[in-house]
Order: sequence, then C-alpha cells, then structure tokens
Amino acid sequence: MTQMSAAEAAAEPRSTIRLSVNGKDHVLDVPDRKLLSDVLRQDLELTGTHVGCEHGVCGACTVQLDGDPIRSCLIFAASAQSHEVTTVEGIGDDPENPADVQQAFIDSHGLQCGFCTPGFITTIDAFVNENPHPSEEEAREAISGNLCRCTGYQNIVKAVQRTAELRGGCGQDCCGKDAPEVSQ
Amino acid sequence: MTTRMFGQKIKRREDPRLVTGNGRYLDDLANGSVAAAFVRSPHAHADIVDIDVTGAIDVEGVIAVWTHEDLPGQAADRLPMLIPHPSIVAPHTGFALAQDHVNFVGEPIVMVIARDRYIAEDAAGRIEVDYEFLDPIVGVEQSREGQRIVHAGMDDNVAAHYVQEVGDVASGLDRAPHTLDLDLEFERSACMPMEGKGVIAAWNREDESLQVHSSTQTSTGLRAALAARLEIPLTRVEVITPDVGGAFGVKINHPWPEELAVACAARALGTTVKWTEDRREHFISSAHERAQTQSVKVGFDDDGRILSLDVKFWHDNGAYIPYGVIVPLNTSTHVTGPYNIANYRVEYWSLYTNTVMVTPYRGAGRAHAVFMMERTVDAIADELGMDRTQVRLNNFVREFPHPMGVTMQDGAEGCLDSGDFVTSLDKLKALVGWDDFEAYRDQARAEGRTVGLGIGCYVESTGAGPYEGGHIEVESSGRVNVWTGLTTHGQAHATVFAQIVADALGVPIDTVHVATGDTRKLPYSVGTWGSRGAVMAGNALHLTAQKVKAKALTIAGESLEADPEDLEIIDGIISVKGDPSAAMPLAAVSVLSNPLRYAFDESAKAATQFAKESNAEEPSVKPGEQPGLEEQEFFSPLRSTVANGMHAAIVETDPETADITILRYCVVHDCGPMINPMVVEGQVHGGVAQGVGGALYERMAYDEDGQLLNASFMDFLMPFASEIPYVETDHLETPSPLNPLGIKGAGEAGTIPTATTIASAIEDAEGFPIRAMPLDPSTLWELRNKHAAGEVPGPKAGGLGSADSAPPSTAGHK
Repeated sequence: MTQMSAAEAAAEPRSTIRLSVNGKDHVLDVPDRKLLSDVLRQDLELTGTHVGCEHGVCGACTVQLDGDPIRSCLIFAASAQSHEVTTVEGIGDDPENPADVQQAFIDSHGLQCGFCTPGFITTIDAFVNENPHPSEEEAREAISGNLCRCTGYQNIVKAVQRTAELRGGCGQDCCGKDAPEVSQ
Repeated sequence: MTTRMFGQKIKRREDPRLVTGNGRYLDDLANGSVAAAFVRSPHAHADIVDIDVTGAIDVEGVIAVWTHEDLPGQAADRLPMLIPHPSIVAPHTGFALAQDHVNFVGEPIVMVIARDRYIAEDAAGRIEVDYEFLDPIVGVEQSREGQRIVHAGMDDNVAAHYVQEVGDVASGLDRAPHTLDLDLEFERSACMPMEGKGVIAAWNREDESLQVHSSTQTSTGLRAALAARLEIPLTRVEVITPDVGGAFGVKINHPWPEELAVACAARALGTTVKWTEDRREHFISSAHERAQTQSVKVGFDDDGRILSLDVKFWHDNGAYIPYGVIVPLNTSTHVTGPYNIANYRVEYWSLYTNTVMVTPYRGAGRAHAVFMMERTVDAIADELGMDRTQVRLNNFVREFPHPMGVTMQDGAEGCLDSGDFVTSLDKLKALVGWDDFEAYRDQARAEGRTVGLGIGCYVESTGAGPYEGGHIEVESSGRVNVWTGLTTHGQAHATVFAQIVADALGVPIDTVHVATGDTRKLPYSVGTWGSRGAVMAGNALHLTAQKVKAKALTIAGESLEADPEDLEIIDGIISVKGDPSAAMPLAAVSVLSNPLRYAFDESAKAATQFAKESNAEEPSVKPGEQPGLEEQEFFSPLRSTVANGMHAAIVETDPETADITILRYCVVHDCGPMINPMVVEGQVHGGVAQGVGGALYERMAYDEDGQLLNASFMDFLMPFASEIPYVETDHLETPSPLNPLGIKGAGEAGTIPTATTIASAIEDAEGFPIRAMPLDPSTLWELRNKHAAGEVPGPKAGGLGSADSAPPSTAGHK
C-alpha cells in the first residue's frame, strides 16, 4: 500500500482504531467507512470470515461480538472498538485440532463447498453455549438465519446437535443420534 | 487385507481446512492488489450515446478507466460462441465491455481499476452514460410475438429452433383412444452460489506470462479462451481454480466479460488485478435458468400406456447465448424419462429477451423436461381414474440398454444403459407409505387438515465426454500426488478421488493427496458440469492408478526377482503373493524409478549410479520408458451414462391461507455403485433444497421494463433451514456398463424432479391441476378461487389419490 496523500485523506476520512480480535489487540489505521468484514479479511488477513451478500441476510460473515453472533458486513470496523470480536479462526484455526463445533461439522458432513460454514460455526458456537440441550427443532431454528446453498441444511442441523454432544451438555434424548457412521 | 475404500462413508478430507477458516477462496487471495469495479447498464435495451468518465479520473486512487475502445485486438471482439449447435439460427454474444448498445440490465460498460474496491466503486459512481432508450422485450410471450426485436437485423427473436422425432407421432396420436393437451409454465431462478464469481489476473513482466485465478468450473476452458483473446501463446497462460464457494452451473460459462477485461488490464498495467463479484452483480449480470412455456399433446390407451407424445416449448434464453442451447437441448432430450414411448416428437424455440442470459443451473433443462412429462402422467392417471404409480408402471422401460432415439448434448444418441425402474418404484412406495396414504388423508381430513401425496420420476444423462484425465505421481517419500483437470466446488473430490486411487493403487488413503483445476499440472480437461466429475475424472484416475501400479510392479519385479504377475500392493507395500518376506515399499520403487546422479537424502542414495550393479547392456532408462513413478491416463466414454431416480412428497395446504408445508420428502436414487454414500446423500439433500426453492419460493421478478425487482437476498426468497424438509433417502445401485467403475453421475439428481413432485402433491391435496411453478400461497389462493368459479377444471375421475386405505404410515420423521 502506498502512503495516502492529503487529498485522499480528505476524500476518504480515516481513523486509528483499536480492535480486539480473537484475544489479540490491534491498532489499525483504516478508512472510517471500512466494514468490519473487510478489515478482518484485508487488514488482519483473517480470511475465514466470508462475505456472501454484503446486505446482512446470508450470514456467511457472522462473527461474535462479545460472544453474540453479528453480521460483520453490517457494521463499521470502528464500531467494533471496545468489544471482543471472535472469528472462525478464534473458535479454532488448526486443521489438525479443530474445535468441537468444527469437528461436529466434519462428523456430520455439514459442509460441501464450505463458503457459508464459518458463519454457521460462529452462530452455532454461541447457540450451544446458550442452549446445551437443543432438540432437532431448536437446532433447525438456530441456524435459520444463515443461508447455505449446498447442503439442504439437514446435516447442519445434525452438526448443531453433534456440537452439543461433543460439548458434553447433551442428554440422552436430544442430540447426536443421527451422526453418520464413518469408518475413518 | 486392506478395506476397500470405494463404498465407504469416509469423512471428507477437505473439511479440517475449510471448517477452521483455512480455505482459500478467490477473494482470500492477492490481498492488497488493485481492484476492478464495473459500470453496468441500468437499462434493459438502449443505445449508448455517450460515456463521460471525467468524474472518475479525478478520484484519487483511480488507476485506469476502460471502455470498449480500450480493449486490445481480439479482446474487443464479441465473446465466443462456446458451443455451436445446428439448431442455432441467430448466434449473438456480448462484448467484454458493451459497444454502443446494451441488451440487459447489468451488462458491463465501463471498467474502473483503482487502489481498492471502495475507491473503484466511488469512481464508477461518477461515470455518466447517456442512453437512447429502446423498447425492452421481457418474457417468452413478448419475445414470441416478435412485435419488438432484441437484436437489430433479425426479423424475430428466435435464437434457435430444433425438431427431433422418434417414430411417427401423428399416426400415434390418430390411433390413441384418449388424448390430452397440457399448457405449462416454468419460472426463472438461478444457481446463487454463496460465493459469486471472481477473477485475479497477474501479469509477469519478466517472462510476459499471465497467471489467472478464477472461481470457475473450467480452468482449461478459461485458459484457452484467454490465450486466444489476448493473442498470447497458450504456454504463457495458466489458470488455477482455488477453493470455489459453490457453482451449480453458473460458473461454467467462460470467459466472462470480467475475466477477459481484468486479464487485459493486468497485462496493460503490468500488475495483479482482482475483481470479486458482489451479490447484486451476481443477480443481474451473471446468468439465470429455468423459464419455459410448454405445450404437450399426449395420446394413450385405456391402461394409460403412452402411444404418442408431441411436445413444443419456448425457452427464454435472455440476451445472449455464449453457452449455446444446452438448456433447451437437454429439456428436449429428457422428456420421455424412464418411459418407453415409441412415438415422440419435440420442437423448441429458444428466444432472445432483454434479460440476463440463461445458462445451465443444476439439472440444466432436465427439471423442465420432467415437469412436462410427470404433469402429463398425472393427468393421464386422473383422466383414467388410475393410481398414478400404476400408469408409471405401465409405461416404464424394462429392458436395458434402451436406445432413446434422440441426439443428446454430447452429439451421441441417448441410451438408458442401466436401471431398474420397477424396483425403484417399489422402494419409493415403501419409503413414503404410498399404499397407506388414503388412510392418512382421511385422518388428516378429520382433523380439518388438507394433505396431498405427489410423485416424480426422472432420468438424467450424466458423465458426458469428450474426456477427462488423471495424473498420478508417487514421491520417494511414498506420498501419492493426484491431479485431475476438472474443478471442485463442494463435491468432495479430495475425498472420493482419493478413495478410488487408494483402492486401485493399493495405498493407504492418508498418503493420497488430490488437487484439481490447475492447468499447470494437467492442461487437458473439459470441466465440472452435468454430473460428470466422478464418472469422468473418477474413471480416469482409476485407469491412471492402474497404470502406475503396473509400472511399480515391473520395477519391483526386477528388484525382487519376481514375475510382476505374482506381485500385489497392499497398504503401500509390494510383496510376492503368499510370501510377505519378499517385499518392498512403494516409496522404494519410486526411488528406483528415477535413476539419480545426486544423493540429496538417504532414500535418493539408493537410486544413484554406484548404489546398485549396473547392467552394461541396458541404459538406466530403457527405450519407451520414462523416469519417475508417474503416469497420466485419460477416460473417454462412448456416450453419457443415464442415472435415474424417483421422488415422493407429502404436503399440507392451509385451507385458509393456502400456505404450503412439505411434511415428508422421500428420494430413491440410482447413480450406480456409490463411491461414498455420505457424499451422495449430501448431494441429494442439497439438490432437493434447491428444487424446493424453485418449486415454492424462488422467482426472478422482472418488470415490463426489464428491471429485476428482487435482486437481493432480502427479496429473492432463497430457502433457509426453516423452509427445507428433512429428506429421507433410499438407494438402488445398478451399475453402468459404460465405464470401468460402473458409476453414474449424482450431482443434479436432487433438483430435477422436485418441482413436479411438489406440484403433484399440491394437485393431489387441492383437487385441481397444477400447471405452473413456482407456486406461492397467493398464487395457490387465486387458483382456488378460479377453481371454485369453474375456471380451472377439477379432477375428472374424482380420485387423484392412491390405492386402498390402510393404517397410516410413519408420517413425519424422528
């Protein structure tokens, strides 16, 4: 990136912001209008947060703000100051050692192309924290704010219940009964 | 003994990367590169009078502003007609940037390159284009009338016209004791992958080469097109497909205007340029599918046997046809489905309109065909008062192979090569509880509820040629690298191809690493479309692995002083059958396969000149052989293999609001032996969900000016989890004789019969014919009113339902 000229600065107001993302503090000089999703992806190179519609419907860009799922395409990065942002990488960034909710997606065949998946993972992580015993209906309801065009959602519903099971909060009659048998 | 990987529900090997945010999709790459944005036509039909870019050039951070006249050489020509076909009478394609004229809202006119996308869009917003308006042509009816013409110089709007006839339809209709006429409508929808299109072009000034990343379904196709249009040697262009966030057909067209314009700009600027499509761009300027107006005349006997079928349809192909007539052609060749119909005639007109073009969307014309046939079969059952499954049974093809008599999209005659429709129907009836449904209906009626049962049968030609290839290399570490040229967008290729190679080569699946869609390693490929990935690349890799194995056994045979015929490979160890003591690892064979001068590590030392006795009479690499345990092989089938399936649905319609709820959805599917049943079921689930979207929710709402009124996820009703039913599946695995693995394609199966199955169920619930999809509650409510007023005929035989009453089945699921 080249240095900004004065004219540019006038055309595109910028500010120094402090962002706390996945437990790390960052001081960034960004345009005021830059979306949180773009700052995460471009300035912090956390490209696991995907942008599917840029109008807040699809949920691919969902991150947690102080533990609650929000659309990172609908707020400015500057507005996320003084909050703790958690992206999919903050849930778990190691393919060799995925977090429980990520393992639940693997176990349940809960993804195909994988583009919407990070938004589901941040959503489900927060949901299962609040509801450790989701019924199938509750699991389906929980993911009904995110779009997926590949899976038909059936195995994502399973992944919600599998997450609860892996997290140890699940009783006998609610979740995890439908995970596919896998040989490896 | 090693477990056979083929047929196992292996967990996906791509998942750990994708679930942890380590996927690399197009927009994740080349961070910090300059960005392109496009000025697109806000008008559906207009001449461009003037383009004033002054306002854009003044924006700080803008690097270049291009109109059509800035495109160099052949890049300024019309985009290619990719798939010529004899039915095309008036081929029209657009330009990378519009020249003097626009034909749909969304057509690109100006490209702005700037420091980042925000600046590029600022600048694009300051460009002023003056238009002289022309009357737009929107929809089949207006196009067919021909009062207004999309493309100047034409007398009508017919892009293509085609007739195919098998047998003698006229005399078949004359002979038939019964005839019926049906008029049908099918609406526009679109693939809508969660990731839109995108391209990154990087020009290397030092060797004057172009490296392109694109979210495409064909890296080889794009490579060839870009080399031709940029007029540079093919060898200086490479195209790499990164992780692709869904495609479903829309990413098969190439080169997209943006791919060509961005590549030209990268070369002109000597830098890396990125364009990532936003959602509105994807809605208005990529491609749609599905819209057809259809007319069916059918003649049949007292048993519902179809004696003659005469079909006409009018297909809305939008403003241009770069991808030819694949969609209407597929419709025309899939109508007869699983039925033995001796006399069949189909005639189509593919029509220009001032809307975004139509290219394949999962199913690619087949859903339309199945809608025509299955609505017709239900109408026959109603006319005769027969059970709908009995009419189907009376018409099923029962002997295979069954030549279809029509020419398919691959230029070969269609042929049902395998299947067992009677067994499939038995399975479906058992799964949904067909024979128990009347009791369930009575029970529901007693509770004040209205329910209906529907069915849809289909066949799908899959795995079309001309070919795909495999390239396998065994490294001296024992790592097995596998490449195929076609691309991946969610199909689990890294898993299912590894299963095939692990079996054929005899190695642990963990050692197999699959990469796809990269022209640097395998420049010969066609692409991923038409449910062909597993059939084509899967068989190519099976053959390649066998070739690698043969070479490995020959080398090992020399080393172990054994006949290669007596050797086997299990878990990556080659041994004499029955004598495990005479053994060596495949990794060691890889070392021996490449005679070396330099010992860069311990294993390499074994391959150097003084490590073994040399035979003075033979060179290290014998004539006709190549160094390295590495082979390439291709698979090219005679014709497409035809998969099949049957769906059933139980719906409930609200007596007051006309709201439609799917209570159960059942699928019986035959794609031959399944490489990975978990993956196949996932494909079916996703396909059904897209089918449900197309049946009940999705419609592209163009107004009479050619404006797409619902170009956002707020307004275009793509289903969430709350709208999609639980899908119950069963499988039949009849092998295809057309390829070594016996497999048939599975990718599109879920989508193809969904609209007609749900139409069938709503028809059964409501008691009047459903002839148009999608069907939303307000449309159903209006249909009810028309039916009550006698404007829509009711069922003739008074029993659209199924057979005798019995105890209710397990409606609902756990």
